[in-house]
Amino acid sequence: MSVRRLADEQPTSFEFAPDNKAWAEKELAKYPPGRQASAVLALLWRAQKQNGYWLPRPAIETVAAMLDMPNIRVLEVATFYTMFNLAPVGRHYVQLCGTTPCMLCGAEDLKAVCRKRIGEQGHVTSDGLFSWTEVECLGACCNAPMVQINEEYYEDLTPENFAKLLDDLAAARPVRTGSQVGRVSSEPIGGLTSLTTLYGADGRGAPGAPANDQSPPSPDEAAAHAHAEVEAADIQAALATLPADATPEQKADAVGDRPPALEAPREGGPDDLQRINGVGPVNEKRLHELGVYHFDQVAAWKRREIRWVGTYLSFPGRIDREQWVLQAAALAAGGSGPKDEQTHLPTGKIGD
Amino acid sequence: MLEDKDRIFTNLYGFGDRSLKGARARGNWDGTKAIIDKGRDWIIAEMKASGLRGRGGAGFPTGLKWSFMPKTVDPKRPHYLVINADESEPGTCKDREIMRNDPHTLVEGALIASFAMGAHACYIYVRGEYIQERERLEAAVDEAYEARLIGKDNIHGWPFDLYVHHGAGAYICGEETAMLESLEGKKGMPRMKPPFPAGMGLYGSPTTVNNVESIAVAPTILRRGASWFTSFGAPNNFGTKVFCVSGHVNKPCNVEEAMSIPFRELIDKHCGGVRGGWDNLLAVIPGGASVRLVPAAEIIDCPMDFDSLAKLKSGLGTAAAIVMDKSTDIIRAIARLSYFYKHESCGQCTPCREGAGWMWRVMERMVQGRAQKREIDMLLDVTKQVEGHTICALGDAAAWPIQGLIAHFRPEIERRIDQYAANPASEPLRAAAE
Repeated sequence: MSVRRLADEQPTSFEFAPDNKAWAEKELAKYPPGRQASAVLALLWRAQKQNGYWLPRPAIETVAAMLDMPNIRVLEVATFYTMFNLAPVGRHYVQLCGTTPCMLCGAEDLKAVCRKRIGEQGHVTSDGLFSWTEVECLGACCNAPMVQINEEYYEDLTPENFAKLLDDLAAARPVRTGSQVGRVSSEPIGGLTSLTTLYGADGRGAPGAPANDQSPPSPDEAAAHAHAEVEAADIQAALATLPADATPEQKADAVGDRPPALEAPREGGPDDLQRINGVGPVNEKRLHELGVYHFDQVAAWKRREIRWVGTYLSFPGRIDREQWVLQAAALAAGGSGPKDEQTHLPTGKIGD
Repeated sequence: MLEDKDRIFTNLYGFGDRSLKGARARGNWDGTKAIIDKGRDWIIAEMKASGLRGRGGAGFPTGLKWSFMPKTVDPKRPHYLVINADESEPGTCKDREIMRNDPHTLVEGALIASFAMGAHACYIYVRGEYIQERERLEAAVDEAYEARLIGKDNIHGWPFDLYVHHGAGAYICGEETAMLESLEGKKGMPRMKPPFPAGMGLYGSPTTVNNVESIAVAPTILRRGASWFTSFGAPNNFGTKVFCVSGHVNKPCNVEEAMSIPFRELIDKHCGGVRGGWDNLLAVIPGGASVRLVPAAEIIDCPMDFDSLAKLKSGLGTAAAIVMDKSTDIIRAIARLSYFYKHESCGQCTPCREGAGWMWRVMERMVQGRAQKREIDMLLDVTKQVEGHTICALGDAAAWPIQGLIAHFRPEIERRIDQYAANPASEPLRAAAE
């Protein structure tokens, strides 16, 4: 049992996209006449998927009307089943399995990674990219520890490859779904012990076997890619309208919003912004000129502010790639940044 | 040792082609018509003779279960087969591999089983989190429709529709009557029995609920004969079984083996041994989270089957062995399972709803040692009061891991209480962590 309530802030309306509506009709056809309520889980799930993986009240009411069910019955279902998120989640919604088989194999360490990079459970990062929650057994115990991010499983994780996975997702780089150590599914690592007469000891001996391990990028990756590309094209288009001699400031204003500035560092002096991987002395100086002195300022940047700064510094996309915002959030929270784990260099040559 | 020619799931790991073409090359859908032509009674008799016991945890004989369905079909109450693919027992991940890598074994089994119980429709209830698995299964169902292997007018002469349904993250929906409630679009709260599903199940009609593996092995058993299946495993525990080994072994994996394989052989042959060697083994939960743990000395040479493990007051369950070496904080491992049951209790029966939370809270104190020794007996007493006093077996499942812990590791719990009592202000984990 867990207490689950609807979010305080709700959108005013919800409507299924036309293709989802057509899909819902097909779903209803699976059940005998008069038994359309059977489709409630499927429809709620589709509604949630359409709505950025969370389920608002208007969607619950829409589904109730479609299935001719009283609102309260659908509300009961939405609050009973834990896969329905009743409040907004990050664009990459991490469900971390914490049940005993994963716990034995290091799920606690993965939780620490989540806390450091994303924050506490249920918290959505300021850039909207991540949130996480601990869930119960996801049924991939031979590949423990593992997480599910949106619709994909990521298995055989270590704190290192999990942190890298989060980096890659944030930067919209292609990621490998399933096992992160090269297993195809749940076979013993390092060679088969059964079915060898069919597939050979290394499992690659099957005639005409498809290369299952080279799965195409998931819809999620594709979406993230598309998102980054659309944004880059958008910025290019905006810049093309400007005269060639436009100042960096004019260019930046054309594509985003200037982040809030401080006139001077707060008491205690500025934070060491060079601890952010990607920020060296030059960038630090330019950030200071913009009135940005503290980690929490960087951590609070919104989408349009990231675009502004990226354009101003003439580093399109780099803030996302290097995850300045996530890094700054971790540093602001008193954690350590990736640079702190590297051999400490006296000068900030890494970033510039 | 089981040879590859006797393995049923020949694409368990997904190295081969999972499409219909590949499945046919591996022998699926071979002579299905001939099996159906032999008739309902022959199929049920052969299944009974094979001694197949349900693979979902309880181990109820599958053939016998099928025979409970009414012999004649009332047109107003059509029969249903519901396949339980809501795999969420901690430690268990076998049905996932069947659905995503060898889905045609399941589709063919669904047709034969439905025929045997007079059902023209079958629902496969896949857990909500298995999205890729569901898509692959749906693709296999579509292939089968297209090749007219199933459907209203198929080549087997038994009109049959197969639907893939999905859940939304509730462990309790793996209980058969909760699954039927969920399938009807309600909260997954188990029903009182009787009436049993075979009399009154989905939509009030006669229904049988079977695990994925039980259904998926049926076509091969019928093709090769009951005597082939009974040539593996000890009497009353016949056949082959997919074992899921997780936790502290060198190479955790799923593997299909003969029933009654000794635990040591299973681990040494397929899992690269226990991490740190056999002397480092502490305990094993042999059948998914809901069974009592077994300490190392008792499990090492125990045959992995229903009856041998029941003698150790544990069970084969889903054959999901969770292996724990001596680095494990065993109290914490079981406390985490208590949290699982607290989280997954549907809240219908008071002993489970209140008891699971209570047991978890006490277990959390036991982890730290912040308890009295008399509370160990009190905890044991409460588990006995939850066990057997709820509609479904989730209450029992919440009680058993704790009973197993107290039965085998009481000195460890007492030691921790002593340690805490000797130095109540300390934070015991600090020195080790930093």
